[in-house]
Amino acid sequence: MNAPAITILSFGRFERGFLEKISEVVMQEYNCTVTIKEAHVDISEYYDPVRRQYNGNKLLNEVASLNIAGNSKTIGLFSVDLFIPILTFIFGQAQLGGRSAIASQYRLSNERYGMPVDENLLLQRFAKEVIHELGHTLGLIHCHTPTCVMRSSTYVEDIDQKEAQLCAKCRDELIKI
Amino acid sequence: MEKKISILIVDDEESVRESLNLWFTEDGYRVECAENAKQALSILESDVFDIILTDLKMPGMDGLELLQRIKTLNKDSIIIVMTAFATVDTAVRALKEGAFDYVTKPFDPDDLSHLIRNATKQISLAQENETLKKRVDSLESVEDLIGKSEAIKLVLKEVESVAPTNSSVIITGESGTGKELVARAIHANSLRKFYPLVSVHCGALTESLLESELFGHEKGAFTGALYNRKGRFEMADSGTIFLDEIATISQKMQVELLRVLETKRFMRVGGNKEISSDFRVICATNRDLKGMVEKGTFREDLYYRLNVMNIHVPPLRERIEDIPLLVDYFIKKYCTSMNKPLITIEPAALKRIIGYQFPGNIRELENMIERAIVVGSGKKIVLKDLPFGKDTIDSSVESLDDFEKAFILQILNKYSWNISRTAHALKVDRVTLYNKIKKYGLKA
Repeated sequence: MNAPAITILSFGRFERGFLEKISEVVMQEYNCTVTIKEAHVDISEYYDPVRRQYNGNKLLNEVASLNIAGNSKTIGLFSVDLFIPILTFIFGQAQLGGRSAIASQYRLSNERYGMPVDENLLLQRFAKEVIHELGHTLGLIHCHTPTCVMRSSTYVEDIDQKEAQLCAKCRDELIKI
Repeated sequence: MEKKISILIVDDEESVRESLNLWFTEDGYRVECAENAKQALSILESDVFDIILTDLKMPGMDGLELLQRIKTLNKDSIIIVMTAFATVDTAVRALKEGAFDYVTKPFDPDDLSHLIRNATKQISLAQENETLKKRVDSLESVEDLIGKSEAIKLVLKEVESVAPTNSSVIITGESGTGKELVARAIHANSLRKFYPLVSVHCGALTESLLESELFGHEKGAFTGALYNRKGRFEMADSGTIFLDEIATISQKMQVELLRVLETKRFMRVGGNKEISSDFRVICATNRDLKGMVEKGTFREDLYYRLNVMNIHVPPLRERIEDIPLLVDYFIKKYCTSMNKPLITIEPAALKRIIGYQFPGNIRELENMIERAIVVGSGKKIVLKDLPFGKDTIDSSVESLDDFEKAFILQILNKYSWNISRTAHALKVDRVTLYNKIKKYGLKA
């Protein structure tokens, strides 16, 4: 397949240079151009006061509706807690084989689980999550290989178990797609 | 290609349908959605789903009613009920109506993964169970009873007629004739085929060991009884117990056995609780039980209890027309198990086998072929691969001349018709050997 052009759309506040590092990892993995843009969108309307979380389905639709021209894939990155109605939380989600995805760093930081701050680990986790969701937009489904980035992850420990790369099988699959 | 597990999601909330659809599609499942029970039923009329995930509270027909309707359409579907209004009552009702599980919205992502993993495990177990049942059905287990002789046909006919009944059976026949195979065939063709066939070789156990083996024992019943142990009668519950070499059991065991057969109740050794077990008894012996009854060494009442049906398995020498078929069968069996290319048997070797008396019956023939496949190296089993040594007397030998002829031929074959070596082995001179070859018309 042709190398996709990817846009990282920032919806949150991230440490200086954080998204640039994420984009480098994504660029290496998918061998593509990655552009970082700021999204000037008020996301408060997607806040659910009962659940005190942001509706992931609606945010995904918002990202898709922004219709970033000239790019085949767009991923919206957040620093708020995301949910979908049926699940208590999500790290991210994507349109399978579509153009848009979202991911949040909210539940990926060590301090949220009473552990010492580890910026490097947060970067690794978020990069894996971004590569994972972009993989879905490229048509990949969950993989059973333990170290593959496309393996489904429910908890941060699951993310730590896998690598930031596609396994050989998923890479072959990507070529076929 | 592996078939994708299919999931039907039934929920009136669009966001729930969308979320679950996305979640399961990413996991590689085939997903369809319905916004109410009516639509779900219409989809189910033309399609079958492995898992149906339905909301409990929906306008019109609710999840419980849908569950009942689905069970009439496709009883094998796994139904998981989900609701935001969880109460113990509805959960219990859903499970009673046949739901596989019950979950409360919103789920923890891990719960959802576990739920589906358990459901798919259940599906694969059900499929495996179905496959195994079909395999057991097709086994019939008479496949090892090889032969086209009238004698074996009669055995097969008797097996067929006695198998579906619950009657006790005594299988008689010489050692090595395949009495256990007949017992297996009876069990495999009976209504008890999905339950165990438990074999006990009575002759191999002392009286006390046999007692503990048959009835089980409680912890501490005797030295070495470190644990409670189920006996063979208990293990054979709903199935069949096969008591081989029944004639070897002691008078005391005969009394015990008779009581168990009459009541189907017994106590473990050292136990004080009566255990009941529903089993069918098949016995086997190579002795003349009737003669033993007459001599008073086998109880008459036990004999008649066991001898409801008697199947006699003929010795191999009475069904020699089956030998070529059996030889072929064992060649295939052992070549396959030893991962060797399929071989054949040369006519001379087969003729030699057919002429043999086989005191050890089929067991001896089987061992002979197994050995020939192990020691042989060619594409055919030849005479020298067979264990007919000097001490083996051909059944066709009826006179001293016949014996001499067969023996000289055997040694000639052994030394590939090298006259000098054969003469040396026979401790005669070459001229004498030539004269014998001429006398008996022997040819290479």
